[in-house]
Amino acid sequence: MSVLVFIESADGAIKKSSLEAIAYGAAMNQGDVTALFLGQIDQAELEKAGNFGAAKVLHVNDERLNNGIIQAYSSVLAQAIEKTGARFVVLAKSALGDPVAARVAIKINGSFVSNVTGLPDTNGGFKVTRSIYTGKAFANVEMTSDVKIIGIRKNAVELNESGSSATIETFDAQLSDADFGVQIKNIEKQEGDVLLPEADIVVSGGRGLKGPENWGMIEDLAKTLGAATGCSKPVSDMGWRPHHEHVGQTGVKVSPTLYIAVGISGAIQHLAGVNSSKVIVVINKDEDAPFFKAADYGIVGDAFEVVPKLNEALRAAK
Amino acid sequence: MKILVCITHVPDTTSKISFSDNNTKLNSAGVQFIIGPYDDYALARAVELKEASGGTVTVLNVGEADTEPTIRKALAIGADDAIRINAFPTDSYFVAQQIAAVAKEGNYDLILMGRESIDFNGGMVHGMVAEMLGLPSVSPVMKLDIDGGKATLSREIEGGKETLELNLPFVAGCQEPIAEWKIPNMRGIMSARTKKLEVREPAQAETKTKLDNYELPAPKGEVKMIDKDNVDELVRLLKNEAKVI
Ligand SMILES: Cc1cc2nc3c(=O)[nH]c(=O)nc-3n(C[C@H](O)[C@H](O)[C@H](O)COP(=O)(O)OP(=O)(O)OC[C@H]3O[C@@H](n4cnc5c(N)ncnc54)[C@H](O)[C@@H]3O)c2cc1C
Ligand SMILES: Nc1ncnc2c1ncn2[C@@H]1O[C@H](COP(=O)(O)O)[C@@H](O)[C@H]1O
Repeated sequence: MSVLVFIESADGAIKKSSLEAIAYGAAMNQGDVTALFLGQIDQAELEKAGNFGAAKVLHVNDERLNNGIIQAYSSVLAQAIEKTGARFVVLAKSALGDPVAARVAIKINGSFVSNVTGLPDTNGGFKVTRSIYTGKAFANVEMTSDVKIIGIRKNAVELNESGSSATIETFDAQLSDADFGVQIKNIEKQEGDVLLPEADIVVSGGRGLKGPENWGMIEDLAKTLGAATGCSKPVSDMGWRPHHEHVGQTGVKVSPTLYIAVGISGAIQHLAGVNSSKVIVVINKDEDAPFFKAADYGIVGDAFEVVPKLNEALRAAK
Repeated sequence: MKILVCITHVPDTTSKISFSDNNTKLNSAGVQFIIGPYDDYALARAVELKEASGGTVTVLNVGEADTEPTIRKALAIGADDAIRINAFPTDSYFVAQQIAAVAKEGNYDLILMGRESIDFNGGMVHGMVAEMLGLPSVSPVMKLDIDGGKATLSREIEGGKETLELNLPFVAGCQEPIAEWKIPNMRGIMSARTKKLEVREPAQAETKTKLDNYELPAPKGEVKMIDKDNVDELVRLLKNEAKVI
């Protein structure tokens, strides 16, 4: 038996969520873990997969795969499943991973369950717990197919480092023109920023900040904490912040260890995107703001006064 | 252009979720049901495309009879007709097979769905359907323009977006700001009553997962309030108590 883990990179490094997927694959205890990487990358970076539990990395060193193309990626992943004979496939939830895994499930006649929050229960059947209703509930489901694809949510397992490094094997996957039917014309991406879905700490601002010109203090606070920045829906609707920063029911769902909400009222649709955060801090000038009910720590006060002070205190404490 | 829009019937985003029947069923008492918010974006864009260049919009739902008011709302928003596959949507694989069966028969130029349903949050039905039909799939789509047989769209990626080109037909999972949600007007509501809503029995299909039960998260503890003039205390708590910085 073996486990195959589909991994992704950001800015030339394996994504933290993908390292968690490797660790999850190892913790499943279902045989050797092989990671699969598509596109060009530094070999030393791939060896790091070993540190988190992968014995081997299959590397499809093809520049056409440097950007995620759903069909091409799913063709390659299906071929790798066949090659390794893997019965379990693990990947981290992502804008690319989910649609890729969905197609692969059909190709290999397997099942795909996403948003899985912890390790499977293998006592009689194979059961996993997944988050549903945008974090408002969980479902315990049994996967009944032969090959099982598991999409994990952030923090589904802890990362432990073993100090080992993985061996790398080049994998020549077969790709056809049809796999590239969707052509990428242009990519606009901020390099170097902490990615919101990956971040351990998120600092988010809402309409209480009054305008885009006031985001400097949010960015400063984020920089001090090594955090990603997020926002509420009206903020991205009004174009104060880019759309990919919008957190909530209809935006990014985050599960950081620390979420700091500044000038956000805490509407239920916003909470839906943050309710799996470990610790929530709310800064709002209205003591009746609903967000305080969902918070661990709260400060009633004017953001323009509190945020710079907090930033200073954090810097001093470093 | 023939457009198929697949919609879910889901609890309003403000609903409190609870379960019945030994935690195996959603307790729908007091719950208001809506068109899935992402599906609503897909529908709005489909209606815009039809208004701009002609064609038809068919909405499709896999669900039991209680979903019909939600389907009627989609007709009031501007879809021309509707199909309901009369079956409980047991799992994504089952639903995808039902949608693929309808799509095969209907020869649609474009199949629009939501990026994900807000009940099961799978984000997978569009990919599954596309694979079953041998079509390209793109998700999450934030912008979609059609010119003849060709589409230009933008897809959200982590930390940014990419612009893509592809030929029709294909399957897209949509999200904002692809279009603005449409609110049905009086004329729409009146005409929806007489639009065709066809009920079909499900195609023979498998499931690949089995529900054991549902669970609710553990209740949140009390919030600790800190004085605004004492931010050092917050830093100390985050460091020593919560241990998150
Ligand atoms: C179907 C649906 C889906 C939705 N999806 C989302 C979603 O994904 N994400 C999302 O965020 N919203 C979503 N919404 C919108 C949501 O209902 C709220 O309207 C939105 O979250 C409010 O944003 P806000 O808290 O920034 O603004 P507001 O509600 O205007 O709150 C501003 C807050 O700032 C505080 N404030 C003002 N000035 C200051 C100051 N100087 N210092 C400190 N605090 C201050 C105020 O007390 C207030 O609490 C959705 C709505 C619907 C209907
Ligand atoms: N029961 C259903 N009936 C019709 N369309 C559905 C159904 N379930 C899911 N879909 C479509 O598939 C999309 C993705 O759903 P999911 O994979 O469940 O997140 C939804 O946004 C809908 O467009």
